[in-house]
Amino acid sequence: MQLKHKAIAGTLESSDAQIILAPNDGGLHIDLTSSVYEQYGTQIKQLLQQVCHRLNIENANIRVVDKGALDCTLKARLETAYFRAIDQKVDINWEALS
Amino acid sequence: MKNVLGRDIPAEFLTAGREVFQGQYYRDGYTYTKHAPRVNAQVKPGKDKLLPDIEAVVRATGLQDGMTISFHHHLRDGDYIVNMVMKVIHELGIKDLTVCASSLGKAHDYLVPCIEDGTVTNISTSGIRDEIGEAVSAGKLKNPAIIRSHGGRARAIEDGTVKIDVAFIGAATSDPYGNASGKGGKADTGVLSYMAGDAQYADKVVIITDTLVSSPNFPASIEGVDVDYVVQVDAIGDPHKIATGALRLTSDTRELLMAKNAAKCMYYSGFFKDGFSFQTGAGGPSLATTIFLKEFMDQANVKCGWAMGGITEPIVDLFKAGYIHNLLDDQAFDLASVASAHTDPKHFEISASQYANPFNKGAFVNQLDFVILGALEVDVDFNVNVVQGSNGLLQGAPGGHPDTAAGATVTIIVAPLIRSRIATVRTAVTSVTTPGESIDIVVTDYGVAVNPKRTDLLAAFKDTNIPLKSIETLRDLAYEYAGEPKDIEFEDQVVALVEYRDGTFIDAIKKPKWLN
Repeated sequence: MQLKHKAIAGTLESSDAQIILAPNDGGLHIDLTSSVYEQYGTQIKQLLQQVCHRLNIENANIRVVDKGALDCTLKARLETAYFRAIDQKVDINWEALS
Repeated sequence: MKNVLGRDIPAEFLTAGREVFQGQYYRDGYTYTKHAPRVNAQVKPGKDKLLPDIEAVVRATGLQDGMTISFHHHLRDGDYIVNMVMKVIHELGIKDLTVCASSLGKAHDYLVPCIEDGTVTNISTSGIRDEIGEAVSAGKLKNPAIIRSHGGRARAIEDGTVKIDVAFIGAATSDPYGNASGKGGKADTGVLSYMAGDAQYADKVVIITDTLVSSPNFPASIEGVDVDYVVQVDAIGDPHKIATGALRLTSDTRELLMAKNAAKCMYYSGFFKDGFSFQTGAGGPSLATTIFLKEFMDQANVKCGWAMGGITEPIVDLFKAGYIHNLLDDQAFDLASVASAHTDPKHFEISASQYANPFNKGAFVNQLDFVILGALEVDVDFNVNVVQGSNGLLQGAPGGHPDTAAGATVTIIVAPLIRSRIATVRTAVTSVTTPGESIDIVVTDYGVAVNPKRTDLLAAFKDTNIPLKSIETLRDLAYEYAGEPKDIEFEDQVVALVEYRDGTFIDAIKKPKWLN
């Protein structure tokens, strides 16, 4: 679904990640800053792309500031930012998110 | 050439009798000649040792290109001495110096421009972190930094590996003849343990103080008989950053769990007997262990003969409550320990050599029953890294880690399994600070691993509720949660050598490629 507006999820606390999602017209752009970039940067980008694919996010600027979040946290933050960006507050298909 | 741990030490560093690490007790019985300084006799009475400022004192010492100067880190993050002296030396244009510091940190950032323009071309230190750690990691220092433990530094000074030309010693108080103490001034450090060797082995010894007192300034950590010059400055440090107030006891349930398990390991080890000795650090879980220890001491009806190390308020509290009979202090971490040092009759200052030097005839580390230590990384062979971040950056300090670990009967590492996605327990450490043969127990929030060679401990823990796991299981758990980390790539350039306490090289640290 097309993003309606910019949305944010997460914090800059250690072991968390802050994700800002903004609509654009020209595909998917991921801008990743991470405290563990050298060890996990590639894995994190792959994970973000997989989540976008499953949520059908095709046009978005995604800015991620990662402070060493585990995959489950990154996934949850991106999903939350997405639902905020499309203003969906009810009827979330939890099973599709597992 | 590969050492016994399989770590490669390039042959260019194995000159002048330098060897690779060959085991923790390899140099037992080693014969050597102690270094002796070249000093000037002061025969005629009435000579004034007091000089007006740092520049006058630097000139008076005859400091020249290529010499070695030394500093201590008792003033910790509040230290003004290193930057103060280095600024004068920098302005005088003296080059190619070796800085032999007991440790370096945030307060010593003026060394970075000195490294960049060749004023300083060699560094020997325990701590290497922050701006200095980054500059050295990036290969800006002309020669590799030598990382030494506290005991290793004391040894290097006594056996002549390091020859100090001028020791610059910040002291809370001094009399005009240089009897200097860590007590009684505006910036109290309690003790001056790390400089005891410097005062006796350096050719020239300078006391820098902000509080001049009348003679005799006893008890004197540094004796006037070893001191050439005394200089009074406005302030030697920021007292608020030297000794912190009460270190807050952790309320983090994860840290409390680890602390309790560490104390439990001590209790069930078979060595928890009346008169036992121990050392802990100032980190969250270490401090908390001290509190749990009290409960276990009540339960077993035993008292502690002596506690050693960086002394903290919880330790002083146990001492004052009669749970610990003596304190052996090489560093006072907070106001309570500064106040207690020397003032309480059984709170003794010990030198770095007495504390941990492997080449004297019996450092106190050899009499430790227990030591509780931290770790940045532990590998499946129990090797520990406390110097280098998992991203390759220098950001730690061996301190007394390798010394106490080699000496203590039971060495316990306490560390969370994962910190901000970085796996503490892993297949291989980024670099080795302390060899696995020195490590007996690893306590994490996901279980406790005992070194398989300690069959006695494994037997002692068998019927307890200590959550035992193999070190490989802990590694697998860490990788399951965090993912397996990608290996960091390094250039060929060696930026630091990790010297084991006996003078052999345990690892060579290279420049990470991502710093280009």
